[in-house]
Amino acid sequence: MAAEDQSQASQSDLPYVLILKPPASFLLFGDHFFDSPNFQYLKAYESPLPLPHFLHTHAQSIQALLSSGGAPVTADTIRLLPRLGLVVTTSQGLNHIDLSECRRRGIAVAGAGTIFSADCADSVVGLLIDVLRKVSASNRYVKQGLWSSQGTYPLGYKLGGKRVGIVGLGSIGTEVAKRLEAFGCSISYNSRSKKPLVPYTFYPNVVELAANCDALIVCCALTDETHHLISKEVLSALGKDGVIINIARGPIIDEKELVRCLVKGEIRGAGLDVFEHEPDVPVELFALDNVVMSPHSAVFTRESFDDLCKLVVGNLEAFFSNEPLLTPVALDDLPHFSGRKD
Amino acid sequence: MESIGVLMACPMNPYLEQELHKRFTLHRFWKVPDKSTFLTTHCNSIRAVVGNASAGADAQLIEALPKLEIVASFSVGLDKIDLAKCKEKGIRVTNTPDVLTEDVADLAIGLMLAVLRKLCESDRYVRSGKWKKGNYMLTTKFTGKRVGIIGLGRIGMAIAKRAEAFSCPISYHSRTEKTETKYKYYPSVVELAANCDILVVACSLTEETRHIVNRKVIDALGAKGVLINIGRGPHVDEPELVSALVERRIGGAGLDVFEHEPEVPEELFGLDNVVLLPHVGSGTVETRKAMADLVLGNLEAHFLNKPLLTPVV
Repeated sequence: MAAEDQSQASQSDLPYVLILKPPASFLLFGDHFFDSPNFQYLKAYESPLPLPHFLHTHAQSIQALLSSGGAPVTADTIRLLPRLGLVVTTSQGLNHIDLSECRRRGIAVAGAGTIFSADCADSVVGLLIDVLRKVSASNRYVKQGLWSSQGTYPLGYKLGGKRVGIVGLGSIGTEVAKRLEAFGCSISYNSRSKKPLVPYTFYPNVVELAANCDALIVCCALTDETHHLISKEVLSALGKDGVIINIARGPIIDEKELVRCLVKGEIRGAGLDVFEHEPDVPVELFALDNVVMSPHSAVFTRESFDDLCKLVVGNLEAFFSNEPLLTPVALDDLPHFSGRKD
Repeated sequence: MESIGVLMACPMNPYLEQELHKRFTLHRFWKVPDKSTFLTTHCNSIRAVVGNASAGADAQLIEALPKLEIVASFSVGLDKIDLAKCKEKGIRVTNTPDVLTEDVADLAIGLMLAVLRKLCESDRYVRSGKWKKGNYMLTTKFTGKRVGIIGLGRIGMAIAKRAEAFSCPISYHSRTEKTETKYKYYPSVVELAANCDILVVACSLTEETRHIVNRKVIDALGAKGVLINIGRGPHVDEPELVSALVERRIGGAGLDVFEHEPEVPEELFGLDNVVLLPHVGSGTVETRKAMADLVLGNLEAHFLNKPLLTPVV
């Protein structure tokens, strides 16, 4: 009896981390995936109370929040948490967090750092080779027995020597560039600002970048400025021999326009891991062999999830022991994120 | 040169066929109803054979063409040509090296990514509407995996260079150790297979390398290992590979070539860790044109008594 009281007492001493909705990791690995002996979770989604009521009840206990892409951290939520000192996100993207409000309140934000960059870059290269060399389409062809009955599959297009244009030369964009250089591609990019020590050609706007490349790779963050950045004008500049790859966020591309271009053959093809209204995907794409799609899975490897677990727990433990965060997000020079769900 | 007879072994490229037809008297072997009568009739006018990975010039064909001077292959592989017989009879042989190296290496990496990251299956998942019900399964990271290359020639080196950009440690097996490279050498394919995560076949097909990937090698590669074949089908003991894949004794495979193309073992069709391609290693618009130009260039050089561009024999 006494021992139980003892453990209950020490349990209630542990600081609380709020979770609004279960992250993908919980669905895959169960809800003890991010456990630590140094803190405990408060799962809002397990309570019958409406969220504002729940937050009001626990407002004084919540010092940290574990967020994921599907659970936006809006200014309204933040205002109900007076003791909130840290938001940790399981995703690479930050567009679901109102970073301005965090900065105003002095709330720290811990991101994914660079743990997902390799897998994202690998997905880009995989999708690009697939589109150009028709890997998924010809795999389908063979598995339907058509090679022996109908003969050779149409030729693809060479990757070597192609001009690659990267939209957003952050950690992921840099890893993409490094890989594609080894295939003999030439690299150019557009970013908010030119990167001084980078050997690649800078274009001041995405239309010019698209006009001067054969493969346009979207690797930037979703912000108010980058919403529908890949517009009709950009796709037109990319042209009928151009390919587009998107592993960033669906709303960066004007999806209706992209679908129209693909259906009409105005661009050569597309590799898409993300869409404007996931998990809904425009059905017109299903009829196209020059489109390769994946279900927002660019970082969904066992290895990345292992790394994520260590990182999330590491950041929370650092916060609660007053040590520096492992992957703090700089909140000074921010583009505008309105905290909208992606 | 219109009177020079050129025998094209099988359909391989419309542009090449057109150009051969323009410049020579082209005989399309696959359209001939009775091959032995044809050979008897035309044996004195045929001075060149154009072959590829599927059909070339075996001893029987060479013997039937007493005026044969040159075999120009629309491929880098020479396994369909009886090289010894050509040497014996003073027949020149050319192939298409270098122009296809990059495409084949690109495809090898594309297959590795497709198998490990289940790209084809993910695409299928989205197209089926299943994404609305839930996320696709976790896949395996490619960056940092150990890549073992059988054959460190032009294509093997190009694969190594690309895999290095993904921080993959590279090891290899070759007939002789290449001391000028920094990659780790293994004196046997079994040892190579035991020490890598992805084993890729990139050597030429000869009597010695037939079934170089056999049961022992497959066992050594193991349940987490992946086999990539962009060489020739006969490099791999296909029935052994099929049973290893069906029984999940090996982690997956990406195959561009098969023992009896275009026949592909149907047991592989339903496996989500297997990617099957219809021998498209050099199959791009750009490269096939370059290959065709090389075949044409070699033939022209030969008949103008100039040095051959890419002679093998």
